[in-house]
Amino acid sequence: MSLASTLHRELGLTDDELTAIRQRLGRDPAFTELAVFSVMWSEHCSYKSSRLHLANLPTQGENVVVGPGEGAGVVEVAPGVRVAWKIESHNHPSFVEPVNGAATGVGGIVRDILSMGARPIALMDSLRFGLPGRGRTDFLVEGVVDGISSYGNAIGVPTVGGETIFDECYAHNPLVNVVCLGVVEHSLQHGRAEGPGNALVLIGSSTGRDGIGGASVLASSGFDAEAADKRPSVQVGDPFAEKLVIEACLELIRADLLAGFQDLGAGGICCPASEMTSKAGTGAVVDVDRVPRREPGMAPFEVMISESQERMLAVVEPSKLDAVLAVCRRWDLGAEVIGEVTASGRLQVVSGGEVVADIPSTALTDDAPFLDRPRRRPELADELGPAPAPEPPADLEAAFLAMLSLPGIASRRWVWEQYDHMIGLGTLQGPGADAAVIRLPDSEVAVAITVDGPGRFCRLDPYEGACLAVAEAARNVACTGARPVAVTNCLNFGNPEEPEVMWAFTEVVRGIADACSAFGAPVTGGNVSFYNETEGRPIHPTPVIGMLGVLDSVEAQVGIGFRAEGDAILLVGATDELDLGGSELAALGGGAPSGRPPRLDLAVERNLHLLLGRVSAEHLLRSAHDLSSGGLAVALAEAAFAGHLGFSVELPPGEAWRVLFSESPSRAVVSCARPDVAQLTLAARDHGVPIRLLGAVGGESLEFGAFGVSLERALSRWDSAFAESLSSKVG
Amino acid sequence: MSGRVGIVVFPGSNCERDCRRALESLGAQTTFVWHKEVALPDVDIVVLPGGFAHGDYLRTGAIARFSPVMSAVRDHADAGGLVIGICNGFQILCEAGLLPGALRKNSGLKFICRWVGLSVDNNQSPFTARAIPGQRLRIPINHFEGSWHCDSDELERVRANGQVVLRYTANPNGALDDVAGLTNARGNVFGLMPHPERACEPSSGSQDGAVILESMLESVPTREHAHL
Amino acid sequence: MTFGAVVDVMLKPGIADPQGQTVERALPALGFTGVEDVRVGKRIELTVDAGTPEEARELVGEMCDRFLANPVIESYNVTVL
Repeated sequence: MSLASTLHRELGLTDDELTAIRQRLGRDPAFTELAVFSVMWSEHCSYKSSRLHLANLPTQGENVVVGPGEGAGVVEVAPGVRVAWKIESHNHPSFVEPVNGAATGVGGIVRDILSMGARPIALMDSLRFGLPGRGRTDFLVEGVVDGISSYGNAIGVPTVGGETIFDECYAHNPLVNVVCLGVVEHSLQHGRAEGPGNALVLIGSSTGRDGIGGASVLASSGFDAEAADKRPSVQVGDPFAEKLVIEACLELIRADLLAGFQDLGAGGICCPASEMTSKAGTGAVVDVDRVPRREPGMAPFEVMISESQERMLAVVEPSKLDAVLAVCRRWDLGAEVIGEVTASGRLQVVSGGEVVADIPSTALTDDAPFLDRPRRRPELADELGPAPAPEPPADLEAAFLAMLSLPGIASRRWVWEQYDHMIGLGTLQGPGADAAVIRLPDSEVAVAITVDGPGRFCRLDPYEGACLAVAEAARNVACTGARPVAVTNCLNFGNPEEPEVMWAFTEVVRGIADACSAFGAPVTGGNVSFYNETEGRPIHPTPVIGMLGVLDSVEAQVGIGFRAEGDAILLVGATDELDLGGSELAALGGGAPSGRPPRLDLAVERNLHLLLGRVSAEHLLRSAHDLSSGGLAVALAEAAFAGHLGFSVELPPGEAWRVLFSESPSRAVVSCARPDVAQLTLAARDHGVPIRLLGAVGGESLEFGAFGVSLERALSRWDSAFAESLSSKVG
Repeated sequence: MSGRVGIVVFPGSNCERDCRRALESLGAQTTFVWHKEVALPDVDIVVLPGGFAHGDYLRTGAIARFSPVMSAVRDHADAGGLVIGICNGFQILCEAGLLPGALRKNSGLKFICRWVGLSVDNNQSPFTARAIPGQRLRIPINHFEGSWHCDSDELERVRANGQVVLRYTANPNGALDDVAGLTNARGNVFGLMPHPERACEPSSGSQDGAVILESMLESVPTREHAHL
Repeated sequence: MTFGAVVDVMLKPGIADPQGQTVERALPALGFTGVEDVRVGKRIELTVDAGTPEEARELVGEMCDRFLANPVIESYNVTVL
């Protein structure tokens, strides 16, 4: 079959890739084969620009049961207790249609967790938008929050936290990264198609034209003015169908009816069909005529690459097939045998009795080409000196209140009250906490999870910024009393064909690797999203770090809020007054981020985590809250708001505005009962962590020494600012 | 106390496990009842839990009311048995005509998951017998369509009969007459939007939900050899 | 015979419609003035087997009474095509 010479380009394949395809097949590709290669070799499915560098991440650990490469990472958090978790992005679809883009992002990551045999029990989302009140941003914020809310709430999985960040660079490239955590209830499942003769069963919704040219192709090219025309390709989510899929599949797993299991996402049926067979060294025959369809007249390639949602692929031994179909029928869930496992090592697609595609499985997966794209360090990197001093604020109180009103610092209650954060009765600490603390179902085991990104720091110095992101995530977990044990990362970048973007990517990976090694928290899986750029302007390099921690006991957990009048307030960690590069105070003054990001010493940070772990286990802490955006001033305020108690402190020596707003890492604000100050101080000395008594909890105002504000006034500003920042025509 | 409780599970129900956990922590014995069953097991109390039965498609509760199990639930109610519908369960009971009125979208058109204050305006019902009149309870709501509404004639009847059991102290969703929960005229069928099962344990932050659930369990005569 | 039918389901007059109000408030910001009385409803399209258009209308009406509309707060209108 001869092809128009540019057809492969229309599908997003390069000339080199066409040559590579011919080489793998030993002939010209048929049209259906070309379509299959175009999705499986797309950036989103093949990781061609990132694979080489991701191999540098530390992935081994004594708690790691399953590392990267499967549906989700699996970590043993207590003897016999395993959780599956991962982060994933759904950025481009969320710009095109925010409600369904975000909703299907939730759906996709939930199915990844389910594919490991785990019941999803928690969600978190990291969202980034342009500045509110301008352009399309409010519409996107409304839509994305609505999408996550409507989908997550309907499937009965609590959304227990996250982050919502605003920066001009995301105005046309919002980021929607979703973390899902689940508990392996019965047996771990694997995405392997063992056993020639076993049936391939497609479970879930019927197949339409959703997302054809969607996630794969969409995520492999940046936006331009034609983006609006991509709307028909966007997938529409059905959370009710997802709920049925979850319950029915967990029932199948409890009855030991599955021999292999994987979810369908980007790349449609092609993806599990090729990945599961590659991993097992087997092959498969898929008969597209047997795939239940929602639309008439679909071509075989459309059936194979469709990204219709809420579908799973199961490998089932023939003797168990009737039982599988019976369970699905009970749940009124579609289930069809669409093919079988073979020993051929090839993926064969049949339509109308004829073979329309015949490809070696590994050609679509392990043998997909990967690239070592050129990298170039930008000149900006060599110019970074210490951050230029922002203008000292003339009025500290006004600067403080202005800081509390920043959409990146103000209370996100407007966002998280739209999420069911309570279902499951396991949310011990939810939105607003440093890290969510979740008690696993029918268990006394508790875990902490957080998701954090680096703000502007990665634009200034990608390596440092990445280290800072991992450090902040680990610190957030440590502040709840949990021990950081594993990382999942979502790497959001611009065009990898730009050498400066690629340089930043490798620097970020290097930073994550160093920080994860220093903290003993290996990477168990994650996601890469490239091409987040519009008209050649990329986003800041944005690694988003999910961190998992384990609590030795539910009683050892610590919250951020002050608890009792008279408690002592202490600052742990050292402050560098020059750490204002890329800070919120600098942003308040306007202008692009400049100067070095705050300096991080990984060993110093680690000592802080160890100290927090020890003193929380010894029940010495009444509260602990890490310092990040807005520095000491904001951390003290947040602790006061959470506990609804004021405080009175004396600032450490130095210029007040620098001390208040510096964003040095490796610090936390803690409170303890008066009598415990001495013991806490000794523990800090043991761990080599600076500690300083600042003052005491009490009263109805926030007394910083240099100025004071009533608690109610500050709280009311902080509580209402976010909703106010969205323009008034929005609910 | 030992009541036998049947918790109906529709496709799309989400809160059945939380209900079981809360009720069993209060000493009840529970069993799940699949929506396709045409007969109830031997239970004293029927719970319709929260969630999104049938995806809330068409209208919330509109499809669930036709599930096979609902005629058995109706028979149970007609015979004087206790039925409690929580959130989605309340919506289903209204669609089924077992409770007056209808639940509409929140006036703010946003989903709300939040702790709210309630006042017990009728403690003569089996569901609030443990409360003192006017007692304040703190229980979470979690809904997009929780605004109860009925026509003015119906409202007069409902008020005259003392059917309004719970009212919001600060109305979060525009519900008529601040109604958070009400019973049928006979008083044995109760629907409420707040989730009492989410306020039963110390770790929840409030145990006010137990006031409702314990009242309900205690109003059932104790059985000997209670087992399912 | 097969008839096409369209059902318009609207909130009963007098029932507050926050969705309609929100839409009405948003229009001026987009440059549309003089728009009032916005109410938002639901449209259902279907085909039904019946002997005559009248029979089709009656069948669809019954569907509305029992299921497609909630008589407590909604009213409906059936058009047989």
